[in-house]
Amino acid sequence: MSVLYALLFYVATVLLIAGLAMKIRQYWITPAPLKIPTTPAPTTRGGVVLRMIREVVLFESLFKSNKWIWLFGYMFHVGLALVLLRHLRYFVDTTSFIWSWVPLISPIGKYAAFAMIIGLLGLWARRILVERIRYISGPSDHLMLALLVGIGLSGAMMTFVVHTDIVAVKIFFLGLMRFSIQPLPTDPLLLLHLGLVAILMIVFPLSKLLHAPGVFFSPSRNQVDDPREKRHLASWAAKLDK
Amino acid sequence: MAAEFQTPEFREYPAVPNALINDATAHLSPFIAKPNHQEPLGFPGELVENWEEKAVEKMGDLLTKYRGLRVYLDSCVKCGSCTDKCHYYQGTSDPKNMPVARQDLLRSVYRRYFTFAGKYFPKLVGARDMTREVLDEWYSYFHQCSQCRRCSVFCPYGIDTAEISMAAREIMDSIGHGQKYCNEILGKVQTVGNNLGLPGPALKATMAEFAEEIEDDTGLPVEIPIDKKGADVLLITPSADFFAEPHIDGLMGYAKVFHEAGVNWTLSSHAAEAANFSMFIGSYSNMKKVAERIRDAALELGVKQIIVGECGHAWRVAYSFWNTLTGVGAGADPSDEYALKLQKQLDPNVPQPMHICEFTYDLIQKGKLRFDKSANDHRTVTFHDSCNVARASRMGDWAGGQFDIPREVIKACCNNYVDMDPDTIKEKTYCCGGGGGLLTDDLMEIRVKGALPRMEALKDVVDHRGVNTLAAICAICKAQFAKVLPYYNFPMHMLVSTHQLVGESLVLTGSNQEKALQPKQEEPAKEDEAQAKAEE
Ligand code: SF4
Ligand code: SF4
Repeated sequence: MSVLYALLFYVATVLLIAGLAMKIRQYWITPAPLKIPTTPAPTTRGGVVLRMIREVVLFESLFKSNKWIWLFGYMFHVGLALVLLRHLRYFVDTTSFIWSWVPLISPIGKYAAFAMIIGLLGLWARRILVERIRYISGPSDHLMLALLVGIGLSGAMMTFVVHTDIVAVKIFFLGLMRFSIQPLPTDPLLLLHLGLVAILMIVFPLSKLLHAPGVFFSPSRNQVDDPREKRHLASWAAKLDK
Repeated sequence: MAAEFQTPEFREYPAVPNALINDATAHLSPFIAKPNHQEPLGFPGELVENWEEKAVEKMGDLLTKYRGLRVYLDSCVKCGSCTDKCHYYQGTSDPKNMPVARQDLLRSVYRRYFTFAGKYFPKLVGARDMTREVLDEWYSYFHQCSQCRRCSVFCPYGIDTAEISMAAREIMDSIGHGQKYCNEILGKVQTVGNNLGLPGPALKATMAEFAEEIEDDTGLPVEIPIDKKGADVLLITPSADFFAEPHIDGLMGYAKVFHEAGVNWTLSSHAAEAANFSMFIGSYSNMKKVAERIRDAALELGVKQIIVGECGHAWRVAYSFWNTLTGVGAGADPSDEYALKLQKQLDPNVPQPMHICEFTYDLIQKGKLRFDKSANDHRTVTFHDSCNVARASRMGDWAGGQFDIPREVIKACCNNYVDMDPDTIKEKTYCCGGGGGLLTDDLMEIRVKGALPRMEALKDVVDHRGVNTLAAICAICKAQFAKVLPYYNFPMHMLVSTHQLVGESLVLTGSNQEKALQPKQEEPAKEDEAQAKAEE
């Protein structure tokens, strides 16, 4: 079992990183030939950085639009972020100084799992109950929610109900990082949790989860509003000048 | 010509999102372009034989040229935030008019041919083959999008359905399945120089008539020159300003402002058109070709400044794209001879191009224009932000100047001004319903239905704030409202051009209006002086 999961995580990691790298490269090299920021837009680079931070940290546009989606979306993402930070303890040496903050936020991360799950269930409920959102939802959208809820619930169960040997888990992952396979506890919940996480890693670059890198490449959000001051020219478009 | 349809009822205000009615407007699609509309633009005359393949190929080509398209197609999480934001959805209840559902018409094909998930698990991610059914759906619903970008404002990733509509139309053009209205007009502008196909001499005669009209009114020889060599300013305005109401009154307003400012200006018969419908069909090369007429006219006439008249999409093209397309602007690379040729000629001390509202606003700020505001006292005015001005361009040198400047101009010449509901103006403004190449009789039903949210907000201020005048700064908005207002039982004459308000209250030096005002104005002036002296 340990070997199987070790392989699974190696494969998932490679696919995640390679897939994302390919996608980001694709976004990077594709030109944006025209200035299309949604205005009013910042007139300076610094302003664009601020706009992006507000978008990524506060979900500004979503807030403007719909408070329920914002609330549930925000709970889920912030919860997830905190939970992920808590999981750092499986990968780093928390006795070293630079990582000494990890145990400090761990208690918050513990309860953040609830925010994450409630957020997800709220989004899922809207997907089912609100006619407009039901209409635009496909099987993959429901499966994605099921996957995330599954990860959240199995993780929270281990934290609060059926504990697993987290020291052994840590040794397993630290071992993976040094290419040595250590024994992984075989509690069904842990295996389920890790299996789902590996699936998530694999589908990440193939699915709508690409919104994570995508938001940074969105020309309607990341362009400076200065078309009169600077001539903006893509290489394929420059060839049309004569 | 248009089939019978019901004008939507006003809903309780503010309205909640409608229940969905499947395929409510599936029957609506515009006339298809004939070979003689297609071929001059470089598109095949009719649907090519292996069009399924060609469409996918074209999509692949666009994906490598437009980062936005690629990112938008990948990034949507189906959060639903945009679903109730489109005026066409609100007016029709058709779910395919929800922005994300509109995108999905194209995204489903993208997924099928360009993504792993769509190639191997099409059912799971809603991927579809390129079929006749898909093409018909595209043709219908991508012509029920006015590319207004309202959805983009509310999307957490800024996904802009306008970009997707443009790509879809470009693909359809490339396989010979274009829209008659846009393509026919583009043919005219590329051969004659304006959307109407008005030849130079006819244009001259019309302008002479307008000048005469102004002279009758003001007693001053206010000029509307065409092709005047040695002019400093070239005015590029939508050709609707030459023939349609209330556009003409706006044009006369510009002429009065130029006259009062003592500007040596001209129109050009070679480029008597600000509109550039190539944007609507997503064709970069055609957009450049049309914009190049303006560049050529500017070089030929030797002007130092280019000013753009009241038009929404035209201002987007001018403000956001002209510099890219033809070098009308500043900041070209030292090695960029093409752009520098023009940029060296243009005055670097003013923004190039400049919007007529920016120009008038500057003069007002400098105290160079005098208004008799009482001339507009019979009006209580509200202002309709055009989508392309609001969400795709700017005026002035601060973000949001496109909202402040037209309002300041109106307030400088009117005593009674009221804004509509904040959820329906500025960056959240609703499209008039006729933008994006939909301003054609064969789409009247969608135009009327799409106007619903704007009409509801208007009714709110008409009923509760005494508004009787709707000011616009876009040729398409004006033409659309002129048609649509009566459907909603508003009087058509409530619609005005913004520069009509300016023109009707501007007191030209030496004009009849100035003389009529003098006895009234002299006394307070003297008092002021006396007071000023006393204070010294
Ligand atoms: S761009 Fe405007 S018309 Fe098109 S889908 Fe978005 S809101 Fe609707
Ligand atoms: S708001 Fe954006 S991400 Fe959400 S459904 Fe609409 S297009 Fe997709």
